[in-house]
Amino acid sequence: MATLDRLGDTVDTAHGIAERSRELWHGRVLATANDASRLCLLACGRDDLSGICQWLTRDLDFSFATLIVEELAQGEWSLVYVFYKGAASPSVHVTLHLGVGASSVPSLVGLVHGPSFDWHEREAEDLFGLRFEGHPRLGEFVLHEDWPEGINPMRRNFNGKERFGPRTREPEWDPQTVVAAVGAFTMPIGPVFSDFAESAHFLLETVGEDVIRTIPRFFYKYRGVEKIAEGQMADRALLLAERFSGIAAFAHGLAFCQAVETICGVSVPPRARALRTALAELERLRSHAAVITGICNSTALVVAASQAALIEESLIRLSCDITGHRYLFGAVALGGVSFDLGDEDCSRLTNRTAEVAERLRDLFHMLRYSSSFLDRLEEVGIVAESYARSYGLVGPIARASGVARDVRKLFPYAAYDSVEFSVSLEHEGDGYARLRVLFEEAAQSAAIIRRVLSLPPAGPVGVGHVPLRAGAALAAVEAPMGAAFHWLRLDGDGSVVRYHVTPPSFANWHGFHIAAENFAFQDFPIILASFGLSNAECDR
Amino acid sequence: MANWVFKGLRTGIKSSAYPAEHDEACGVSPGRPIGTSLKSPAAVEELVTRCPTQAIEHANGGIAIEYGRCVHCFRCKRGLDDAATWQQGFEWAAFEGESPPEKLARIFGRSLHVRFVDAGACGACMSEARQINNPYYNMHRLGIFTTPTPRNADVLLVAGPISDAMRLPLRKTYDAMPTPKRVVAIGTCAASGGIFSPSFAAAGGVADIIPVDVIVPGCPPPPLAILHGLLLVVEKKPASTLTSLPPRTEHA
Repeated sequence: MATLDRLGDTVDTAHGIAERSRELWHGRVLATANDASRLCLLACGRDDLSGICQWLTRDLDFSFATLIVEELAQGEWSLVYVFYKGAASPSVHVTLHLGVGASSVPSLVGLVHGPSFDWHEREAEDLFGLRFEGHPRLGEFVLHEDWPEGINPMRRNFNGKERFGPRTREPEWDPQTVVAAVGAFTMPIGPVFSDFAESAHFLLETVGEDVIRTIPRFFYKYRGVEKIAEGQMADRALLLAERFSGIAAFAHGLAFCQAVETICGVSVPPRARALRTALAELERLRSHAAVITGICNSTALVVAASQAALIEESLIRLSCDITGHRYLFGAVALGGVSFDLGDEDCSRLTNRTAEVAERLRDLFHMLRYSSSFLDRLEEVGIVAESYARSYGLVGPIARASGVARDVRKLFPYAAYDSVEFSVSLEHEGDGYARLRVLFEEAAQSAAIIRRVLSLPPAGPVGVGHVPLRAGAALAAVEAPMGAAFHWLRLDGDGSVVRYHVTPPSFANWHGFHIAAENFAFQDFPIILASFGLSNAECDR
Repeated sequence: MANWVFKGLRTGIKSSAYPAEHDEACGVSPGRPIGTSLKSPAAVEELVTRCPTQAIEHANGGIAIEYGRCVHCFRCKRGLDDAATWQQGFEWAAFEGESPPEKLARIFGRSLHVRFVDAGACGACMSEARQINNPYYNMHRLGIFTTPTPRNADVLLVAGPISDAMRLPLRKTYDAMPTPKRVVAIGTCAASGGIFSPSFAAAGGVADIIPVDVIVPGCPPPPLAILHGLLLVVEKKPASTLTSLPPRTEHA
């Protein structure tokens, strides 16, 4: 293993990585490389798993994207660890195959980038019953305490179509606290909030005014989306993909459609790709406006909050005007989009989003000269770059901490390969950096819409009938709050065998506790708002 | 700070004229399908099979829409020669059950305090509920407020299919509210469980857990529909129905 410590490995092609992995593990790794599709597949045994993942993340600077668990026939398992890096690098899939009777896997949380594996392993333990050896904190994650031990809803033999219960126990959450001081106590917040807020629970360890540590608890909204999708036809499951997180419906629907299109070998016509890009950016613009509204609200700057809310509502109305639905439901379809936009629609979309960009610029100009507002955001809720990397954070939150990671550049989909834009980047990692990234990206979104709709390609907006066939594919999109990975396996008749979603909120909520340490109590809503995350998206 | 005051004043009043007048601004509602008599039985059959949530049923030779199941997927509208008729508007709230509950408008007086519980909503219902507080819809002008404690709440607004972990918090919130109280279920998931039902992890709507008075269907119901639901509670607006039948024709 001494060879693993060699630094400065610069292997940047799929073949290079495959070649080097064969050398390092003396042929114990089965490596397949495809430079054209920028994909390197490594298959290893359980003894080499942590070594390979360490090599990829620490020495080659790869980031962990998602863990795909599949229960194969006759009690065998396949675990695929997906890694990605820059726009020039391939993505790497490390496959671990478990034979009959084996259900324990070495945990990777002890590695340098261990935290990014943490929640994926806890989820797989809860839902599949796999044991991750060496993980310090398993159980009671997705499924709370009242769920009986030993029953794992994602297993094939579990019937997801029927009510499960009745539960005999009440959930009793009693996490370990660390603060021991005179007058120290814990303050519970949630899961029901006083305003219109999503269900999540936070336990603040405090000694009075200063909060030392935040212990969050999620999955109050677990609806078993991945389980209930199983057995549904692809076009029915698309409804689930859109609706498990309504505020990023288009992005997730698009990722699902891309997975189906890859499986079925369908190539989407250019006009549909252009419209997909425009609508995805419209959604990003609206979502960012909503987060900005939330941040202004949390600092009690009422006029700014109202201004941002007016912008948000005007974007929702524009969405409805252009697509018929206020949150773009039903806009994306297998093989394209479900309607065409006329020239007049295109120019209206361009002009209105340009107006909105102007109004956002004015708002930002006023905000940056409001010192009382900046005082609430600057140096509040800091996520350092090292944490953003080791926790595998994504989206605007990672970009505010100096990690320039954007799926639109890494794996260009829709029409992003033909449209010019830059990735917003800030380095402070505090609430103000996150706010600036949101404003910059909103302006970029309006510009992308203008570029992509200025001379949209002519032609059909869909392929009509998509011939469904068996297969599996991974699709990635940059949802408004970051990278979303959808992995799908279809059966020959076009029904879903297994669907796994790794939404951006899943990665980013994991990093929330870093920002929520050692702060004054009144900053809690501000830190929460500056993350702008969705529980519906995280919990699924 | 003075520039914020001027900014606010310059923006002027943006509030909707609803409920005094109907709001017909572009994009306030996605509209919804209504009961339609179609040209041929084949077209009816096509729509009934196309509807992924079984919201469309045969009725009087045409189609009836069950709003408690409709998720606004537009599959009965797009790409069809003989499509369901869509109707704009947003006054969608209806009483659950046969007869409207006892009248409470006088007891609630001119202020209605609302407690919101998110029981597994996808975020769109949540976002629409949040919008009723924005300057366009401004619930405060109608005497509607949110309250930080269920002890002061008159109305419980619930969204989502009721995920298992939210059953207990929902029940506790309901029990903590003083009587008389009303429960308003917003969204198709809250009405019937929507596309998340049947499932091991979520109930089939709010009524499985606590009694429901008013249902505001929609996926998601637009802010004005939610306002309509709250105005229904204080009897300032008449109710809609949860099923839309096709118009009767002479030979039907």
